[in-house]
Amino acid sequence: MNAADTSAEPLIRIRNLVKSYRRGGQVVPVLTDITLDVRTGDFLGLMGPSGSGKSTLLNLIAGIDKPDSGELLFDGVDITRLTERELADWRAGTVGFIFQFYNLMPVLTAFENVELPLTLTRLSRRERHEHVEAALALVGLSDRKEHYPSELSGGQQQRVAIARAIITDPRLIVADEPTGDLDRHSAEEVLKLMDQLSTDLGKTIVMVTHDRRAADRAHAIMYLDKGELSTADDMHERSIR
Amino acid sequence: MQFLKLILRNALRHKLRTALTVLGLVVAILSFGLLQTVVGAWYAGADSAAPTRLVTRNAISLVFPLPISYREKIRAVDGVRAVSYANWFAGVYQDPKNFFPQFAVEPRTYFDMYPDYRVPPDEFAAFLRDRKGAVIGRKLANTHNLKVGDVMPLRGTIFPGTWEFTVRAIYDGAEAKTDTSQMFFHWEYLNESVKKRSRNRADQIGIYLVDVVDADRAAEVSHAIDALFKNSLAETLTETERAFQIGFVKQTEALVVAIRLVSYVVIVIILAVMANTMAMTARERLAEYATLKVLGFSPAYVAALILGESIAIAAIGAAIGIALTFPVGDWFAAQVGTLFPVFEVSGKTVALQIACALGVGVLAAIVPGRRAATVKIVDGLRAIG
Repeated sequence: MNAADTSAEPLIRIRNLVKSYRRGGQVVPVLTDITLDVRTGDFLGLMGPSGSGKSTLLNLIAGIDKPDSGELLFDGVDITRLTERELADWRAGTVGFIFQFYNLMPVLTAFENVELPLTLTRLSRRERHEHVEAALALVGLSDRKEHYPSELSGGQQQRVAIARAIITDPRLIVADEPTGDLDRHSAEEVLKLMDQLSTDLGKTIVMVTHDRRAADRAHAIMYLDKGELSTADDMHERSIR
Repeated sequence: MQFLKLILRNALRHKLRTALTVLGLVVAILSFGLLQTVVGAWYAGADSAAPTRLVTRNAISLVFPLPISYREKIRAVDGVRAVSYANWFAGVYQDPKNFFPQFAVEPRTYFDMYPDYRVPPDEFAAFLRDRKGAVIGRKLANTHNLKVGDVMPLRGTIFPGTWEFTVRAIYDGAEAKTDTSQMFFHWEYLNESVKKRSRNRADQIGIYLVDVVDADRAAEVSHAIDALFKNSLAETLTETERAFQIGFVKQTEALVVAIRLVSYVVIVIILAVMANTMAMTARERLAEYATLKVLGFSPAYVAALILGESIAIAAIGAAIGIALTFPVGDWFAAQVGTLFPVFEVSGKTVALQIACALGVGVLAAIVPGRRAATVKIVDGLRAIG
């Protein structure tokens, strides 16, 4: 993965992506002319200071926000042209989400939370349950499946969120500060799991993080600052200059 | 299944808030039901009126009587099957607050005309034999603990003096809505007594009750009767029994309108409370709804979750409120005694309660549901509950 790889057809191909927000009548540019390729199986870490636009870029890649201009192709499909309904279906089948604050449904058990995305599929109840059992086993929470989120630690909740993110076998997993709310031990467990998703299951992962240790788990790190994307080498060059 | 699970668990998430909202709904639905029943009780007389029964009274006012001699003339009118008559007595039993209607009637024709008053034949025969006998309704008997053979002294107001009657029969209603709070006695007894005290008030009738052969001919027969007495000393006004009863209700119509209005104001108030509850709820869960949308659930699904929760809470409140309306209605009816001859929670009232609860549930969810459905995912995810 790099700012613009021409060697092979990337899974995610971003060209000249621009995004700005309106605040009190003023247009605030967040992303300016972003160009990026992510290949299947890549584990990309996105770093940058607060307000640099890394979460915005992640949201655009995940199809939960739309750019002002530019091209964002996922496996050849320009997702910026999809309608809201088409995007929702696309997300349900293609993207797994991991949030900083887990975003689990507090009224559902761990099992039910993981099962939730599968209720949008045509799987039978038995098949759904088999999938959920497998996903919970993968994250090491089979014995906690009847627990509600409030009965789980932060690390356990994030592992439930990871199980939910992978339950539909998505091609892309996006993680927004997945260790941001965790202690070091829990963060390590979560990162190990993400490593496993990338290495063993070949998932493509894009992770936004402030945490250097978390970013180091990624296969590549890119930096976003003032709406511009750069590699570690670019950053190094800039610091020398 | 997951959908219903989410609705029910969300509805019970803030137990105190839900309990207070349900309590408000219970009070509102119960009050609405009782007030609607009061309105229904007001119209009970009109509702039980038969379409073939007409009432002929003095055209000037009900307080002016008609001569007994009109009876045969009315009976001779084409389309008339039977004629009976009655006088309003307005006596006081023990205390003025023990109000109940008392009529001096011609018993045979009167009870023939009102088959809804079920009098045991042997008791009715005893009543016919006793000039001072009276027939009272079951509700009246129960209210004052009266039974057959008891003496009922009434203090006359229109017809002064103390009048003693012996309860000879107790009638039941053919239906629950039949008025069983009345008392009937012999018109002959009243007339004979009046003759002795004030001769010029004798042989006078308060109202004639006219049974027509065909309800479709009611208007024609009414006109014929009134034409018969045109330009006489006592001109008549004939109308259907329903119109006659509604005429009484009209005198207090402002009160009925006020009661009806208050019943709906109660619903509007609970709608505001419910809408506030749902707005707070949806605002707190904006991030959760955004997460559902991130996972691929449609905005309509999110709106349906809020709508479902709102309807579920409204349904719980309505179910309890409706269930309580019956015992509280019975208690209320016992407290007011014979003021409302018929005080029954009708099917129509229950249907209105259900409709109001459903309306509250739906309307309260519109604004928060729309907001949760339309808010941008990124804005929703940023929301802090």
